[in-house]
Formats: sequence, C-alpha cells, structure tokens
Amino acid sequence: MSKPTPSEAAAAFRAAAAERILIFDGGYGTEIQNHKLGEADYRGDLTVTHDQKGNNDLLSLTRPDVIRGIHTAYLDAGADMVETNTFSSTSIAMADYGCEHLVRDINMAGAKVAREACDAAQAKDGRRRFVAGSIGPTNKTLSLSPDVNDPGFREVDFDQMKAVYREQCDALIEGGVDFLLIETIFDTLNAKVAAMAAQEAAEAAGKDVPIMLSFTVTDMSGRNLSGHTVEAFWHAIRHVKPIAVGLNCSFGPETLRPYLTALSKLADTLILAYPNAGLPNDLGEYDQQPHETADRIGPWLTERLVNIVGGCCGTTPAHIAAMAGQIEGSPPRAIPSPEVRTRLAGLEPFTMAA
Amino acid sequence: MTQTHSSANFVNIGERTNVTGSARFKKLILNGDYEAAVEVARDQVENGAQIVDVNMDEGLLDAVEAMTNFLKLIAAEPDIARVPVMIDSSKWEVIEAGLKCVSGKPIVNSISMKEGEALFLEAARKCRAYGAAAVVMAFDEKGQADTQERKIEICERAYKVLTEDGFPPEDIIFDPNVFAVATGIDEHRRYAIDFIEAVRHLSQSCPHVHFSGGLSNLSFSFRGNEIVRRAMHSVFLYHAIPAGLDMAIVNAGQLDIYDDIEPKLREACEDVIFDKRDDATERLIDLAESYRGQDAAAEKAAEEWRGYPVAKRLEHALVKGIDAHIVDDTEEMRLAVKEAKGRPIEVIEGPLMDGMNVVGDLFGSGKMFLPQVVKSARVMKKAVAHLFPYIEAEKDEKSKGKGKIVMATVKGDVHDIGKNIVGVVLQCNGFEVIDLGVMVPWMKILEAANENDADMIGLSGLITPSLDEMVTVAEEMQKAGLSMPLLIGGATTSKAHTALRIEPAYSGATIHVVDASRAVGVATNLVSDTGLDSYLTGIRSEYDAIRIARGGKVAKKLATLEEARANAFPTDFALKPAAPAKPGVHRYDDWSIADLRDYIDWTPFFRAWELAGNYPAILTDTVVGESAQSLYDDAQIMLDRIIAEKWLTARAVVGLWPCTRDADDVVLDDARLPMLRQQVPKRAGRANMCLADFIDPAGDWIGGFAVCAGHGIAEKSAEFQAAHDDYSDILLKALADRLAEAMAERMHALVRTDLWGYAPGEQLTNDALIREEYRGIRPAPGYPACPDHSLKPMLFDLLKDEADDVAGINLTESFAMFPTAAVSGFYFGHPQAEYFGVARIGEDQLDDYAARRGVDQAQARQWLRPNLNE
Repeated sequence: MSKPTPSEAAAAFRAAAAERILIFDGGYGTEIQNHKLGEADYRGDLTVTHDQKGNNDLLSLTRPDVIRGIHTAYLDAGADMVETNTFSSTSIAMADYGCEHLVRDINMAGAKVAREACDAAQAKDGRRRFVAGSIGPTNKTLSLSPDVNDPGFREVDFDQMKAVYREQCDALIEGGVDFLLIETIFDTLNAKVAAMAAQEAAEAAGKDVPIMLSFTVTDMSGRNLSGHTVEAFWHAIRHVKPIAVGLNCSFGPETLRPYLTALSKLADTLILAYPNAGLPNDLGEYDQQPHETADRIGPWLTERLVNIVGGCCGTTPAHIAAMAGQIEGSPPRAIPSPEVRTRLAGLEPFTMAA
Repeated sequence: MTQTHSSANFVNIGERTNVTGSARFKKLILNGDYEAAVEVARDQVENGAQIVDVNMDEGLLDAVEAMTNFLKLIAAEPDIARVPVMIDSSKWEVIEAGLKCVSGKPIVNSISMKEGEALFLEAARKCRAYGAAAVVMAFDEKGQADTQERKIEICERAYKVLTEDGFPPEDIIFDPNVFAVATGIDEHRRYAIDFIEAVRHLSQSCPHVHFSGGLSNLSFSFRGNEIVRRAMHSVFLYHAIPAGLDMAIVNAGQLDIYDDIEPKLREACEDVIFDKRDDATERLIDLAESYRGQDAAAEKAAEEWRGYPVAKRLEHALVKGIDAHIVDDTEEMRLAVKEAKGRPIEVIEGPLMDGMNVVGDLFGSGKMFLPQVVKSARVMKKAVAHLFPYIEAEKDEKSKGKGKIVMATVKGDVHDIGKNIVGVVLQCNGFEVIDLGVMVPWMKILEAANENDADMIGLSGLITPSLDEMVTVAEEMQKAGLSMPLLIGGATTSKAHTALRIEPAYSGATIHVVDASRAVGVATNLVSDTGLDSYLTGIRSEYDAIRIARGGKVAKKLATLEEARANAFPTDFALKPAAPAKPGVHRYDDWSIADLRDYIDWTPFFRAWELAGNYPAILTDTVVGESAQSLYDDAQIMLDRIIAEKWLTARAVVGLWPCTRDADDVVLDDARLPMLRQQVPKRAGRANMCLADFIDPAGDWIGGFAVCAGHGIAEKSAEFQAAHDDYSDILLKALADRLAEAMAERMHALVRTDLWGYAPGEQLTNDALIREEYRGIRPAPGYPACPDHSLKPMLFDLLKDEADDVAGINLTESFAMFPTAAVSGFYFGHPQAEYFGVARIGEDQLDDYAARRGVDQAQARQWLRPNLNE
C-alpha cells in the first residue's frame, strides 16, 4: 500500500501553531440571518420540492457571494482557518429539505467558496489560511435509543452512518479542503464512524487529509450526550491521530475551562476550542459581547490550554477580532508527551498501569 | 518502589457475560431474557470487574445478532457502560459487529497469526481503524504455542509485525496460552512454568505490552472439584503476577487468599505448577480426591467461623468479603461495647479497623487481589452504615459542632472507605461533616465549601492520578480566593507530595493527614483559638524543610526582562495626542445621575437578575419579556426616585498629568508608576507589551480616575432591610453598580472630548461605547494589562484632595474598593494603545519591580504572585 504524500497543509498548520495561537472562525447562523434572505435566495434555480428557507448549507450553491462574504469577514477579523458551510450537508440532515440528491454539490461548493475566500485573503497579506471541512453530528445517534421502552433500538446503524459520512467526506476532499473537522460531537460513536469514513475517503482519494475532532459537553457533569467524559472521548478517538482535538459549542469559555484543562493535559496533539458566546437567552439569542467572550478566554491563555481558538454559536466577526486581540502575546500551549499507557474507555477512561 | 508488577495493578476482567463460561448466562441469552442478562453484567461491574468480557460463541445462537443486541443494551446502562468492554469471539464477523456498537475504546479478544501474517495484519488494522486494543494469542501457522520458546518466538514475531505496521505497542495484550497442568501427560508438566517464564521474558523484550490469560484452563483436569481449582488459580496468580501477568479473565469470587489455602493443598499446587517433583501430579490428584464432593462439606466447614467470638467474626467477614451476617455481627459487637461502657465509634476503631488492617497487609504482600479488597470494602461500608445512626445520636447528646468540614474523594477516584471512616471519626468528635461522596469535581467542592461556610476541606483519594487532581483542587481554591485549611488524605498521598506539590499551590494551610486516627487531632488544632498559629507554623516549617531537601523548582522559559524590553511595542509617537486642554485634577462631587442614566449598559443588569437576554430585545422576549419589562419598569421608577430624592451621590475624580517615561516606569512629577512587561516569548513582529510603551519618553500625558456611585447606598439599603424588602435592596445595589460603570464610561467620554480633548468631535452612541469603539484605553489596576492591585494606593495618592479623599472611596488592606459601586483606572490616550495581558513574568522582573517600588522582594512576590513563573 503506497502512502499518500503527507499533507503539506498539515505541516504548515503545525508550524504556525508552534509559533502562536491560531484563530478559527465564528458562527455562521447569525451572520446568514443578518442578510435577511428570502426563500427564493435559498432555492436559487435549483429544482427542489420543499420550502428551502433555513437550509443554510444550500447557500454555498445558490448564494455563494453571501457565504464568501462571511468567510472573508472572519478572515479579515484575523482567522487563520475557516470552516466550510457544510455542517448539515449529509443525506440524513438534507432529508429534512428533500435535498439528499444535492449533498455532493453542496459539499463541493462549500469547499470551493471557502477555498476561494482563503486564497484571496492569503494573496492579500501572504499569511497562510486553511480550510476545514465541517462535518456535523447529524440528528441521529448510534449510541442511544430514541425509544425509552426499547433501549436496544437504534434509528440507524454503523454501516449506514459510515456511507452517509463517506459521501460528504468524498465531496469535501474533492472540493479541496485541508482538513476534515468532525465537530459538535454529542455521540462518540458517531464521531468514530465519521472519522473512519474520513480516513477511508482520504485513502480512496490518495490524499492525506488530517482530521480534527471537536467534542461538545451537553451537561454540567462534563459529559456529552452519549455519556462520555472528555478523557474517555480522547481514549476512544486517539487512534485517528487527529491534527487537533477540542471542544466547541456547549457553553461559554469559563464553563468549558475544566474540560479543556483535562483534554489539554492528555492529548498529544493541538487543542482547538471554540465556545459559544455564553448561553443563549430565552429567544435563543446570544448576548455575550465580543470583549466579554474575549475576556473570558483569558484564563485559557494564562494557563496555556489552547492552540487554536474561535467561536461557535452567537459569535461574530467582532468576537473573532476581539479574540485575536486577546490572544496577542499569549504563547500557544505546548503539546505534552503523555506516558505510554494502555488507555481504554467505557463512558469513563480506564488507564492501565505500565 | 521499583517493583512494577504488583497485584494492586492487576486488572480483573468480568467473565460471567460469556456463554462459553457461564451456563446461567448462556441460558438467559438462549431464552432471550436480555433483561436478566444485563443484570449479570451490572453485578459484575458492581463486584469490581474493571472490564467486561462479552462472548456469544454458542452454536445455537446467531452470535452476530446476540453480540450486537447485548452491547446496545448495556450501552444504555451507565453503571455498566462506564467500564470498557472486551469483545470476545473466535469469529471476526462477530468481533466486527461488536466493534460497530461500542462507543468507548474496547479490547478485541482475540487475533492471532493462526492463518498467517496477512490475515493477522488485516485484523489488526481493523482493530486500529475501529479504535480497539487487541488480545494477541500466541498462535501461529504451526499452531498454539506450548513451550516457553514457542510462546516467546510467536509473541516477539507478532510484536515486530504489529509495531512495524504502526500498531501501538501499548494496545497489544498477549495471551501466551494458559494450558492445563496435572493432566498425567509428561509434556504438560511445564505448561505453567513456561507461561510464567514466557511472560517474564516478554515483559522485558516487548515494551509496553500487557499479558492476559484464561485461568480456568489451568485446572481443567480438576473439573468439578472447585476447592482444588480455586487453590490452583490462586497459587498460579501469586507467582504469575510478579512475572508480569497484569490481567486475567477471572471470577473474583472464585479466588482464595494464598495464605488461607490449606498448607498441604497449597504445597501440592506449588509442586504441580512448578513441576517440582515427578509425582507432583499424582500427589495432587490423590489429595484432590479427599476434597472431591466435599464442596458441600467444605461449605459446612466454612460455617465454622460463625462459632468464633464476635470480634473474630467481623475480621473473618472483612477478610473473606462475606456480608451475609455483617449487620448482625456489628450490632452484637456494638451491644458488647455498650455493655462495657464503650462508645459505638469503638466498634469501628477496634475490631473493624483491625480487620481492615489484615486486608491491607494481605493486599500489600500480594496475597489478596484487588477484587477481593473491593468486596471487603463493601462489607466495611455496611458495618459502618449500621453504626452511623448510633454515632450520630451520641453526637447529638454532646455539645454543638466544633467545626464544619467538607469532604470528598476527588474526581476520577471512587475509593471512599478511608474518607468515610475519617468522616465518621470526625463526626463523633463533634465536627459537622458534609460528605460530597466520590468522583467529585473541584467545582462542586468549592461550591459546597462556600455554601456551607466550611472551616476546612478534606480531600481523599487512593489512586495516583488523584494526586494531580488534588493539586488541581488546591489551585482552584487559590484562584477562588479561599483560605480555609485543606486536609489531604488517602493511601497514595504523602507528606512529601503534599509539601512539594499541593501546599505550594494553595496559600491556605495545607496538611497531610496520615490516617483516620490523626484526623481528629489535626482538625481540632485547626479550629483551636489558641494553638492554631503555632501549629500552622510548625507544619509550614516542616513542609519547607521537605521542599528544601528536595531541591529547587523548575520554572518555565521566559524572555529575560532585558530581552523583553528590547522588544517593546514600537509606538509611533508622531501620532500621540496633543497636551490636554484642561490638565490637572478635576473633581465632580455630585455628578448628575440623570446624565449617567443614558450611559447605562442594561444587559449586565438583567444578567444580575438571572434574566438572559440582550437589552432592549429582552423586553419583548416571549418568555422572560414580561418579567424583564416589569423589572425594567421598577428600575426606571427607582432611578426616578434615586434622582428626585437624591438617594445616591455619584462622585468622580479625574486627573491628567504631564509625564515622561523611564524604562517601564511612567514618571510623573509626584509619582513613579511602575508598569509590568510581558515576558512570554514572542514570535517576530510581536512586541512584549507594557503600558509604559504607550508613553513618549520625550514627554507625554497620562490620566487617572476613580468613580463611585455608591454613596448613600448603605442607609437606603438598611431601610429596605428593616422593611424586609429584599427586592428593592437588591435592585438598588444592582443599579448602583450599573451607575458606577456608566460613570466610568461617561468620564472617559468627557476626557476624550473635553478635558484632554483629543477627540472633540467624537459622536458615539451608547452601543458604540459599549463596544469600545473609541480612541485610547482605561486599564484598571488588578486587570490583565496592569495586574498589580497595589497600584491603586498610588493612583489614589495622585487623585486625593487635601483631606486625602478620593471620591469618597476607601481601599481595604487587599486593595478592594468600598463602597463597591466604584471603578478606578488609568487613561492612555495614544491611538495605538490597546488592552493586553501581562501574563507570566520572571524572577528578574520581580526583583526589578521590587527595586522600583522600593519594597523587599517578599512584598513584591505577594503582590505579583498570580503572575509569577512558578
């Protein structure tokens, strides 16, 4: 088996991350809302049956100018990396809009528009920019039964999920992403299958496309929905050798700190963290101001917990700019070399003595 | 201790969810009674299994379906799913089906080179792709390894093949085949020795691997003779564990304590396992005959212990892990103690602790295994639980609590016996114990300590990672500004670790408590009015001595102060603002609150009331809108009254002074303001920032301010409290805080547009002000750009009037402002001025800073501790 050429983007990314904390982008939903697009904007001239309003990922095809504009705003705010507008671009998520047949096109277009925005930004100031292909968790879970009376039941199985993720990964890779970012991981098994699909897709394309994984804490006990602690999660996915692992969404920066600390100590790879702008209010809106979010990552910086920071729900280019200012002068986290140990996991980590 | 192979690290794998090993489990699965089958798994985990082995290899079963179904079901049970799974099958399709259902990191049992390297590697790669460790059987194309040489040869070959392909060595678990001994066949005589010696050799030649084995094979010849089988297993483990065997599929209930095996039988087992004599097998078989069919008789004999004296019975129950009679026996003991005018606690301190000490000794010498210890612990818990109400009742008869202690076993650790005992002992000595249980994250510990106004915190842990977690708790206590004593206890804790790692992280008293018997003495000292200081001084100097003995600290790499200064921010002084229009100090002793009203940032106001939402959208929120609007209306009404009835007086002092800069000091006519410089290493083009960089050495201006909107609040607050009107009281305090912030914003705008006047035409909305869209900054002492709170007195000296008054604000000894509705800081007018964090600084800057401040290093160290590189 011939190995693909090691990713040049990964080498450049690691080199930059060794120098300083890198900046990732922020939320897309609010930015898209600000454009007050109508159904016709979403639909474009595509032949689709359902009402498309709210199908944000579709805009990469129908209003690439809007998506490019948001990418550019983040890049201008200081982002070193943006993610593609493809969080929901799987056949499972697209079924809600009757757009399963467009999955490949949406992902290709999402990758292309992000690539273009990054290339333009890079041409302007010479600073290398990176594209992470966004892979969301879908709305199905492999670890839990939706039926309380039948705990053994699952809506989907591993092989179905793998095919679904594979379709997305194939298109993202072909569209030219540097990395595949499996994010908002509420189900560790979903992440494991997504990572497997990503590796197989890269292998099929003859490319080295490193993976990033981002865990999401769903309750105050620090576990995700499938019940894993952040340490157990790391044990479960370390075999993927991700270029970065981290936390996103969930809560604001201060609440994420203990979990980030735990992951930072353990993971022998870059740490990525992109919190929400605090907690949403009762309208689902985020109130945290840019300087507030930026202030609250302060302890992450003094404790050297992160290599890449950005924002998730409720964050805007202003938040990213504030964060870019906040990290100024803070050294990046040094990647630890944890002892070689057999690290297994159930919902909790299990480490064997040497 | 250099020994790495000890029974403490031995992992026991639950074997009852295995259709090939458990007739009961097989029957449940064949009958489709998965509910009961899940309970079998739960029992195993509760009984101490650290990994659950699942095997569905049964001819009558669709093993793929059974494996899938069972794994999905146990995934839904957090009590079970918390531990890793071992997917056990001889068929790869069953293993792969299992891998598709397991969300953590499991172990595959097993893969081998039975069908050649190619298929072996394929299976191994799949294990890696699914994220699993693998048991590798010592099996190759020629067959199963029987001799020591073959075991070593195959395992070393497998190790090479796997690691060269990138398989992590730590994910390899060799099973070098436990075969039956005492079969009467001469070739089998060395099987046990060969296994043990192969493990001993391989644990050296194959770094990071682990070893497992199925024990039941060993005693296969003695099927039906449980007494002999158990003895053989125990003797085998006693010798194999020190050689390197670190996990085994075993039923904890079917192991004997090495020392308890009848000497004749034990010797016979040793003879067989180590092939010590030609007639070893015959002798064991002969001896076994005398036990055959005696299981029932043995059980009866085992009941003998029921005739022992009660204290002896308690010990026996603890050592054997038998809980059937523990409550009755404990009660009998309690009554006996009472009869002798003793106290219930003496049952714990006496016979129960004696029994636990026996358990500890046996465990420590490798004669008892962890699962057995866990069972002993359960028995102990039941006994303690029975005694608890009596101890409590006794406590109530005595005086009120001496002090409150919050106790917890730290995150990541589940051992709580020691903690529970300490808790009980403290309680019966008059302390109030708030026990948070096990696996307690630091946040909960801090919360509980605060909520309960605890006098001390006790942390417990048995496993080594708990040591780090205790350091984390100490660090977080420090960050949270707690000062109550911290007690450290548990098996792996030590005075040295406490002194070297925990105490330096926490400025409050930190004390290692060796065992439960010391806890009362320590706790009593800590709540003592008279002896506390000398007690703590003694402890501190003892720990200092330990630290000195252990040598210096390891600091992190920073730029030297000289290097950092050479990399100062290159401020472009061509852009510096002109001299202020109105220099000097300006006092506003009664600023119009009506004016400040327009500068209020309302969003934090609602947050203070736990109403989430942005102002003004929050007022029309479908859920909280009504209450937000009502609160806002009340706030407006109160603001009207505050203004009309002059409840509050807002005062401010603003100063603008000429200055120059000398290195990192901003030099004024009457003062020298020392600023701190970043020393974290920077990449090219990034400066090591210092606020002084924004000041032109050739002559410039700096400002300072202090504002307070809290004058009058105490009187009004007292009125509300007297009227039991908490709502108005809180509303007033929240409004005063907002007004102080608004005044800081308002004064800054006044400075920019008028007093300094560098932005006379500035027209910013309140929203834009909140977003800091203006020129210049106003860093406050104690915040990241200017972290030393002790600059506040210097700032206040500049701002004070003849009567030493600064807007009526007082500073506490730790430099907090009172009334609390106050803000103070410096003004930097340069357009390139920006906020940053000083972060860590080096000892060189500490010394330099101390010299610049004219204080000794210890004083400077105290002020700058959060920023020090230690």
